[in-house]
Amino acid sequence: MSSTLLAPARILAIGRNTFTEIVRQKVFYFLLIFGLIVIGNSAFLAKFSFQEEFQMLKDVSLGAMSVFLSLLAILATAMLLPRDLEDRTIFTILSKPVPRYEYLLGKLLGVVILLTLSTLIMGALFLMVLFFREQSALAETQRTCPPQELAPALAEIRKAAFSWDLLPAMAILLVKGILLSSLTLLVSTFATSGIFAILVSASAYFIGHLQVTAREYWMSGIGIHWWTRIFTAFVALLFPDLQAFNLSDDIVAGTSLPMGLFWQTVALGAVYTSVYYAVACFLFENREL
Amino acid sequence: MSGLSSLFRSLLAILMIAVMGALLLPWQATLQREAQAAHFRSIPLNLSLREQIGQSGFLAALSGFRAPLAAFLWIDAHSAWEKTEWGRMAGLFNTVTTLQPHTLLYWDIAAWHMAWNASIAALHDTKQQSEVLRERARRQYIDLGRDFLERGIRNNPDNYLLHERLGILLRDKVEDHNAAADAFAKAAACSDAPAYIGRFSAYEMAKVPGREREAYDRLMALYRQGKKQQLPSLLARIRELENKLNIPADQRIPATVVGGSSPSR
Repeated sequence: MSSTLLAPARILAIGRNTFTEIVRQKVFYFLLIFGLIVIGNSAFLAKFSFQEEFQMLKDVSLGAMSVFLSLLAILATAMLLPRDLEDRTIFTILSKPVPRYEYLLGKLLGVVILLTLSTLIMGALFLMVLFFREQSALAETQRTCPPQELAPALAEIRKAAFSWDLLPAMAILLVKGILLSSLTLLVSTFATSGIFAILVSASAYFIGHLQVTAREYWMSGIGIHWWTRIFTAFVALLFPDLQAFNLSDDIVAGTSLPMGLFWQTVALGAVYTSVYYAVACFLFENREL
Repeated sequence: MSGLSSLFRSLLAILMIAVMGALLLPWQATLQREAQAAHFRSIPLNLSLREQIGQSGFLAALSGFRAPLAAFLWIDAHSAWEKTEWGRMAGLFNTVTTLQPHTLLYWDIAAWHMAWNASIAALHDTKQQSEVLRERARRQYIDLGRDFLERGIRNNPDNYLLHERLGILLRDKVEDHNAAADAFAKAAACSDAPAYIGRFSAYEMAKVPGREREAYDRLMALYRQGKKQQLPSLLARIRELENKLNIPADQRIPATVVGGSSPSR
């Protein structure tokens, strides 16, 4: 057994292996669907004004990114432990001097690599389409606009197309994906099957979006029955506040994201991810395999 | 024994998550307040929205897909426009703007469709024989457009665009120059407002009986800003008001001053 608490090389090896395993299942085919949504959407929106086109391209692309990342995080993670148990690879790994927490961390790392790569590819594709549509709108305006009104018209197009706030918006979608992956990993440490882990995690996803409502209701404490109070407390304390990560809806509306808010949201995601991972280790440590 | 130990560990795990949840509560509340102060997470997901968008739409909005849902409904509204279904368009615009109240574009175009396209269509509606009713429908659509802009302004008070659009609507559709002047003045007061909006406010004010002096002072203030504001339309208005207000000759702008280009603004 290694004398250090964490062996980065071992974790990296498990992470790389996990990533390869997921890739072999052809998960990246979803990128084709994403590409079709973004490019198809863009072609379809050509009949709208350029402001409407950019607005909807951003709305739909970031929405699709959010869906794909959340699905990928839950589905890819939920199948990891059951498959390793089924293939018996888990016994091969754990019979070596690999602590269980390193095994779990390696698994999580594999999914994080997958999510990061997916975000980068989807983000690049989205920004590329946005850039081409912007260039096409600029060229058209240059051809048709009277010279004295050209400069403000071009500025208007540039303002409507790209905004630097789109980058943190995508980063937060990734943070949410990693959080969901960690949560699913926790569920799969006590789940009896992959399907069970998917169902529980998907339910947690929906309940997590209602956590803020339950929290406000519970904390206001005005005129609610004791059983409602217990129920809302249960939701507020046990589920993550996933609405905190839904900033892209407002970013695409043109709301500027303060950096303080961005970093705090990232930090909140990191805390959730760490705690879920820690609890997963705690449960997995004594699980009979 | 093993079962008991497993149960104990599960309870302990739940307790650990609950403790984390409790520790995070103040941070979550602070973060939410900060987000709302920066115009994030300020959409009330309540029963009224649920009635507008249906169960599946509400579920999508709850799950963080407000923006794509609004985009799809906007496309639907565009299809309704192609079929000139004005009533359906108004309903869809209502839902879209409720889902994305900080997207200025939605308020702006919704108001334009109602106050310009739908109102003209209502006025020329061949199915309606009564001219009185056609005129009433026209005014109702203009009011609907105005309502969109006023609600948009309540949600985005610091941006000039909707104030300006309201000024244009009040000027061209309602012909209430007093209210238009105030709307343009509010637009001009916004930090991102283009220079011409200040002139628009003064031009409208000049048309309001009793506000000529105020309009003259504003126009002169703009005139003193230099060449970029000294356009033919501004000079023409100042000269009109100089005559109307009997401004002494030595205080009038020199006859030699001739404005630059862009007469419409």
